[in-house]
Amino acid sequence: MSSTLPANKASLNHPVGLSGRVMTPPSKPKVARSGPMADRIFGWLAKGAAVFTLIILIAILVSLTVSAWPAIDKFGFGFLTSTTWDPVKEEFGGLVMIYGTVMTSLIALLIAVPVSFGIALFLTELSPSWLKRPLGTAIELLAAVPSIVYGMWGLLVFSPVLSTYVQQPLQKAFGDVPFLGTLFSGAPVGIGILSAGIILAIMIIPFIASVMRDVFEVTPILLKESAYALGSTTWEVVSKVVLPYTRAGVIGGIMLGLGRAIGETMAITFVIGNFNQLDSVSLFQAANSITSALANEFAEAGEGLHQGALMYLGLVLFFITFVVLALSKILLAQLKKNEGART
Amino acid sequence: MSAIAVDPRVAKYGRRKFVNRIAITMAMLAMVFGLFWLFWILFETIRLGIDGLTLDTLTQMTPPPNDAGGLANAIYGSFLMVVLAAVVGTPIGIMAGIYLAEFDTKSWLAIVTRFVNDILLSAPSIVIGLFVYAVVVSRFKSFSGWAGIIALALIVIPVVIRTTENMLQLIPAGLREAAYALGAPKWKVILSITLKAARAGVVTGVMLAVARIAGETAPLLFTALSNQFWTSSLSGPMASLPVTIFKFAMSPYENWQKLAWAGVFLITIAVLTLNILARVMTRNKI
Repeated sequence: MSSTLPANKASLNHPVGLSGRVMTPPSKPKVARSGPMADRIFGWLAKGAAVFTLIILIAILVSLTVSAWPAIDKFGFGFLTSTTWDPVKEEFGGLVMIYGTVMTSLIALLIAVPVSFGIALFLTELSPSWLKRPLGTAIELLAAVPSIVYGMWGLLVFSPVLSTYVQQPLQKAFGDVPFLGTLFSGAPVGIGILSAGIILAIMIIPFIASVMRDVFEVTPILLKESAYALGSTTWEVVSKVVLPYTRAGVIGGIMLGLGRAIGETMAITFVIGNFNQLDSVSLFQAANSITSALANEFAEAGEGLHQGALMYLGLVLFFITFVVLALSKILLAQLKKNEGART
Repeated sequence: MSAIAVDPRVAKYGRRKFVNRIAITMAMLAMVFGLFWLFWILFETIRLGIDGLTLDTLTQMTPPPNDAGGLANAIYGSFLMVVLAAVVGTPIGIMAGIYLAEFDTKSWLAIVTRFVNDILLSAPSIVIGLFVYAVVVSRFKSFSGWAGIIALALIVIPVVIRTTENMLQLIPAGLREAAYALGAPKWKVILSITLKAARAGVVTGVMLAVARIAGETAPLLFTALSNQFWTSSLSGPMASLPVTIFKFAMSPYENWQKLAWAGVFLITIAVLTLNILARVMTRNKI
């Protein structure tokens, strides 16, 4: 879009007015109106700010790689498959933390996806319209609660409840059954992979639910009404019309939640137990995740290999979230494209 | 219709209605499930937080274990760092948002920036902390309030970029064209027409960003660290509310845990108030 219109030139060539009087041309401005120069500076500033965000991303990648180099150089990709984490002997492997991150995120998704789907279904199809706004806001406020609040609540309020009412009965009931017994073994304190997963689920429900609600709402109303007119039930409309139409967006939303879950730090650090060994598959086993290892050890880590190994973990974390988020972006963009093509 | 229920169509209809009823019940349960956690967390935070909240909490320094004290230095540190981070991050975010919405909306730079911004928006905040540690703290060999401010500002920027861009896009093109037709230069059109029209939305974005960094702990853990005493010097370690809560909540001392609950209460109230205010503002405008 051209920024300055040739106003002066236009008025100079202005035809004779209706009254027959020649319009006086405006006097030439003494200074070129604060046009081109100020505009150019403003444009540079804006462009500079945009380039700045690119530089930040590159700088993050470069600085993490440089700081992690001692560890990358020494352990290579073996770092990702080794379970040793021994700061004294300077032997480091990240598998325990990667396992913790993956397991807690999976549990979180397992709980959060169906619940978010239900919430989105309720908000788009069932809720009376006067309730939509307050309920939607309430769910979104769940996302605004700082993660340290979840962490403290999880450690001091939720874990004891989980231990008394879930873990101990489960242990009593299945303690002797071969596979289930191991799954529920562990000290009855309620902290570990399962409680971390549950708290993560509560934290990511609002993200997934609000994306699902938004994409459900882009389904053309005609499609839905046609299905209803053919006699479909609400469930059939949602599962056979809305869901297929918004599939890419729904998966994008789930990925967005997954990205959150993987990168979440404080809530997990409180409840996962911070235990750097992997000797049981129990859901109540104290474990560690990439983020909680960083939060707990980094400030005290000696410079050199220990810090390098933690930076390496940070790099792995950034890489995983980068891939997950990029996928989610692409899927959500695809939905938008389809939407444009069909309407 | 005959009473014989074996008519396959009637049976199928019954089954469909049954499935539908189950689905609707499950959706309602999911809604209740989501609200249940919100109320439980808020209830415990208020109950235990008010219990630990006294006048001393706001006026006294953080105490050693088993001693009386408050959170004054942590509150002050948090306030200082959050305000300065917002002051540093907001102009950069607004400018980049302007670039995306008003300049080259479809150039490759804009497309890449938008993508990168989305990545930064959801990047784990602890990675931002690591980055600032590597770039600032390890270079100057000291944890500092400045490092904390930089880390928080890096979280503010993407949030502000996103909302600024979205809000500017909502401004009708007619407004811009009218201003151009009067001969206004582009910078003036943007600053005094479009940005002004989108003001409520942009302010909302800044408020949401402030709400987010007020509760951030991870990026401060190894940038600003913490400090037991009152300090206004930004070049040394600085206490902040979230980091203090983290330290106190994980400790076995009862007075520290009580203070941590009081701190959690203060943060939650502040963050939720900001969020609700931001929502109310956007509802009335645009």
